[in-house]
Amino acid sequence: MTRALACELDGVCHRLSDAFTLKIDSLDVIEGETLCLVGPTGAGKSTLLRLCSGQEPVEGQFSLFGQARGSSGFPLEVLRQVVTVHQRPMLLSRSVRANIEYGLRVRRVGQTQVRVEELLDLMSMAPLADQDARTLSGGQMQLVGLARALVVNPRVLLLDEPTAHLDPASVALVESLIQRQQQRTAMTVIWATHHLFQARRVASRVALMLSGQLVEIAPTAEFFDHPKDERTSAFVQGKMVY
Amino acid sequence: MEMNSQFWPILFLSLRVSGLAVAISSIIGLPLGVWLGLRRFRGKSILIGLVQTGMAMPPVVVGLLLYLLLSRSGPLGSWEWLFTPAAMILAQVLLCLPFVVGISMAAVAAVPRELQWQLRSIGASERQSQWAMVCEARTGILLAVATAFGRSLSEVGAVWLVGGNIEGQTRVMTTAIVLETGKGHFSLALLLGAVLLSVALAINIVIVRYQWRALP
Repeated sequence: MTRALACELDGVCHRLSDAFTLKIDSLDVIEGETLCLVGPTGAGKSTLLRLCSGQEPVEGQFSLFGQARGSSGFPLEVLRQVVTVHQRPMLLSRSVRANIEYGLRVRRVGQTQVRVEELLDLMSMAPLADQDARTLSGGQMQLVGLARALVVNPRVLLLDEPTAHLDPASVALVESLIQRQQQRTAMTVIWATHHLFQARRVASRVALMLSGQLVEIAPTAEFFDHPKDERTSAFVQGKMVY
Repeated sequence: MEMNSQFWPILFLSLRVSGLAVAISSIIGLPLGVWLGLRRFRGKSILIGLVQTGMAMPPVVVGLLLYLLLSRSGPLGSWEWLFTPAAMILAQVLLCLPFVVGISMAAVAAVPRELQWQLRSIGASERQSQWAMVCEARTGILLAVATAFGRSLSEVGAVWLVGGNIEGQTRVMTTAIVLETGKGHFSLALLLGAVLLSVALAINIVIVRYQWRALP
């Protein structure tokens, strides 16, 4: 049985600067899967995530849930099904609770308390709920950034190295929270990461990006154990590739 | 100056003129400042330059230009506003407006643009994300209003020129101070100055309290 696609990119080209252009010939992201994007810094992982959010104009074909991006962009209801967790989340100068609730409030969802309290408890942040979010440590801010995304039950979650500044225990917590939600809601996850071990742990497929292009995309075991491209082979062995 | 009979009308007129001028400047200037702070467009730097030049505009120059416009032979002479509180309010609006626009613009522009993008990426519409940016700049926006109020309450040159300092009609605290100083009534002028400062202090305490309450 063919599974529905969350995102489809076909012949996409996005020029970020004179020195960098993202070119994706073809990429299909299947609903419910976890696709990890790996590659060196500057490979285009964050740019690809930004395009997948549907917020940016794209040259080429780009669809979300089977709906092609029109000249005026996607409707807000479609955009709201795709949520991003950023590497350095910027929080509002309000309480932790208000930051987590923000996505629900803009969607005019009532009865937010139960879901917010549940996430605060899962992240052991309940004692900090009424604290100014800007006084949190970098790791705690990262957790709030994840909570404000998970609270809205997105259909697609885009993760831009969300564990880059976290200690191992927090990394495990983040991974378990995402996997728990994925089991509950069949959420699609596109996860940019520098950690190959993390990609092995969480991904159903892994894609290597170099210089703004997809080099290889394969199921996790195949990607690590039997890579087809020699650059992928070098990358998984920890060699420098550009 | 007969203190008891004239003091209260002068104080109330000062507060009425300044209060209305700040209210009108805020109604016009805050949306304009927010818009300038959020938008990028060609010619924006020229507009910012004009606003900042307006902040340096000498009050007597504004008063003189308004006097010429409102005088009987001027283009707005038919309004018959010269030497009325309406002319004084108009002069103060022109003086306060660049401060309200300039400071609120700087406050909104100082909020990182990345925040707006991140809020959009968790589901905020463009309008909702812009409103969040404005809320983040709230202390700066209140500062714009407080600065305009200070400018308005302490202004003397323009209100003298277009108001005429007419006893019982257009005399305000600042023009009364100048008048009493000219007459050599220094202690009365100092007393009026102290009252003016106290009023400014009281109003700013309210604004500062509101600024702190606006913080989480």
